Amino acid sequence: MSAPLIMFLIFIAITLAITYWASKRSSGSSAYFAAGRRIRSWQNGVAVAGDYMSAASFLGIAGIIAFQGYDGFMFSVSWLVAYLTVLLVIAEPLRNAGKYTMADVLAYRLKPRPVRAMASLSTLTVSTFYMIAQMVGAGALVALLLKGSGISYTTAVIGVGILMIVYVVFGGMLATTWVQIIKAILLMAGTFLLSILVMSHFHFSFAAFFDAIGHVTYHDKGQEVVKDFLQPGLRYKPPYGPLELISLGLALIFGTAGLPHILVRFYTVPDAKTARHSVVWAMALIGSFYIMTTFLGFGAATIVGRDFIGTHGGTNMSAPLLAQALAGDIFFAFICAIAFATILAVVAGLTISATTSFAHDFWTNVIYNGVERKPGEEVRVARISAFVVGAVAITIAIVLGPTANVAFLVALAFAVAASANLPVILLSIFWRRFNTTGAVAGLGVGLIASIGLILVSPSLMAIDPPTVTGTARHLIQAKAWFPLENPGILSIPLGFLAAILGTLLSHEPTSTHKFNELLVRSNTGLGAEKATASH
Amino acid sequence: MPDATQPDQNAQTMWDRVAASHEFKDLMATKKIFIIPAFVFFLVYYFLLPILVGYAPQFMSIKVWGNVNLAYLFALSQFAMAWTIAGLYVRAGDDFDEISKDIIDEALTHENVKGDK
Repeated sequence: MSAPLIMFLIFIAITLAITYWASKRSSGSSAYFAAGRRIRSWQNGVAVAGDYMSAASFLGIAGIIAFQGYDGFMFSVSWLVAYLTVLLVIAEPLRNAGKYTMADVLAYRLKPRPVRAMASLSTLTVSTFYMIAQMVGAGALVALLLKGSGISYTTAVIGVGILMIVYVVFGGMLATTWVQIIKAILLMAGTFLLSILVMSHFHFSFAAFFDAIGHVTYHDKGQEVVKDFLQPGLRYKPPYGPLELISLGLALIFGTAGLPHILVRFYTVPDAKTARHSVVWAMALIGSFYIMTTFLGFGAATIVGRDFIGTHGGTNMSAPLLAQALAGDIFFAFICAIAFATILAVVAGLTISATTSFAHDFWTNVIYNGVERKPGEEVRVARISAFVVGAVAITIAIVLGPTANVAFLVALAFAVAASANLPVILLSIFWRRFNTTGAVAGLGVGLIASIGLILVSPSLMAIDPPTVTGTARHLIQAKAWFPLENPGILSIPLGFLAAILGTLLSHEPTSTHKFNELLVRSNTGLGAEKATASH
Repeated sequence: MPDATQPDQNAQTMWDRVAASHEFKDLMATKKIFIIPAFVFFLVYYFLLPILVGYAPQFMSIKVWGNVNLAYLFALSQFAMAWTIAGLYVRAGDDFDEISKDIIDEALTHENVKGDK
C-alpha cells in the first residue's frame, strides 16, 4: 500500500470517528443545522477557513503562480480581502436576524414564499455547481495522487461522494464543522512546513529567493525562455486582461459574502459578537495561507520548474511535486493527504448548505408554509436531500469525466452569489423601500445573467481544434459573444439594477413596521436565536 | 413570524419604538461612522491593484528592493490593509455591543416580548 493511501485512510478513520461522536448530538433542527449554535469563535473561524479554502486554492493557486507567476498571486489577494465584505456588512446582521439560511433574513419583511423559493433556487444552483466542480477535480486529483494504487477516477468520485454524504447525513453541521477544522489545521501546518522548506532551499535569504523568481527558465514550444515571474501580465494580457481582473475581483469581493456554505457557518455561533470574532480568526488564517502561496507557487516555479510539472501531472501537481522535491515521498504523501482533506471538507460544507436550504426554505417554508408537520421532519428531509444531492453530484461528475472543463463552474458559483444573493441581502437590510418584487427580480436576473453570460463566454464558447475531443471540447463551437470568463462586471450591476427597478416599478406597499423590525433585529440582536443547551 | 407585528397595521410595535429611540439612532450613527468609510476605503484600495496592474504594468514593474517590484509590494500591502481594518473593526465592535446591550435590556424591561423562539 502506498504512503499517500495510508495517510488518506488515517484521515478517513479520524473523520468517521468524529461523525459517529457528532451523530449522538445531532438531534433536533438547531443541533443538526447549526451545531446547536454552540461553536466557539476560534473554532468557527478555523472552520470558515476550512470551508473556504478549496483544492482550487491549495493546488490551483500554487499551480497558477508556478506557471504564470505574479498574476496568480493577485488571485491570492482577492480571496482574503473579500472577507472584509463578510466582516463589515454581512456576518452580524445575518446571525442576528436569521435562523439557518440567508432566506430567513429576507423573509422577515418580504413575502416569505416567493422570496424563499427564489433564494433556495439560487442557493442550490451555487452549491451544486460548485460541488460538481469540486467532485470532478477531486476525482482527477485522487486518481493522480494515488497513482499506482489502482484507484480510478470513478472509484475516487464515488469514494469522495459517499464520505461527504456520510458526514452530512449522520453528523450534520457538528461533524462538518470538525472535519473543516481538522482540514484547516492540516492545511496551515502543511503549507507552513512547505514554506520553511522552500526558504531553507534558498538558505533563508529572501534576496536569493526573489532573485531566482526573476529568472525562471522553462521551455515553450521547444524554445527555452527565461522570464521574470514577478512581472505582471503573464496571464492577463491585453485587450481584455485588465477587465478580466477587475471582473474577477468584483465577483470575489461581492460573491464571497453571498456564498451559501460560508453564510450558514455564522448560524453555528452563539451571537453576533462571536460571529464577528470568528470572521477575524478566519481572516488571520486565510491571509497567512495566501501570503504563503508566494513560497508554494514561486517555490514550485524555481525549484521544480514548469517543464517537470508539465510532464508529471500538470499545474495542479505543483505543490505536491514541490514537497517531493524538497523532502521526499513521505512529505509528498502528507501534502497529498492534505489536498484530499481539503476536498472533503469543502464538499461536506457545500452539501450541508444545499440540504439546509432545501429542507428549511423549500420544504418547510415554501411547500408547508412554515409548519413542520411532525417533529424532526425538517432534519429527516435534510438527510434525504443530502443523499439526493450527493448522488446527483457523483453521477454528473462521472458522466463529465476527468478531462471535463469545469473551472467555469467555480466562476459561475461566485458570479451567482455576487449578482443574485448579495444585492438582495444588502438591499433588504439597508433599503427601507425594498419589496418582494424587487427581491424576486434581483435574484432571478442575477442568476440568469450569470448563467447566460458564462454560456456565451470563452469558457463555454470557442472553436476547438479537432484534436480536442469529448467533454474537454467547448460546449458551443463558435467565437465567444462575451469576451470575459468572469461575468461579474456586468452581472453584478444587472442584479442590483433589477432589484432596484423591480421595487420602484411595482406598486407593492412596503411595511415600515417590518422594516423597523429587521433593522432593530439585525443591528442589535434583540430577539436573536439563542444557543441550545447541550444534552 | 413574530406576533408583535401582527395585530394592527397602524399600531406601534416594540420594534418601531426601539427604532425611533435615541439609543438606537446613536447605535446606527456609531456604526455608520466606522463601517461606511472603512468599506469605501477598502474597495478603492483593493480595486487600485487590478487597475494599476492592468493598465499601468510598466509602472508597477519598477523594482524597489532587489527583484521585488511595486506590484508585489502593493499586493502584499493588501493583506496588511485587510488585517488592519479587521482589527480596528473588532475594537469598534465592542462599542456596538455595549450600546446594543443597553437597547435590548431596555426593550425587554419595557415590554413583555412575545418573541418567536
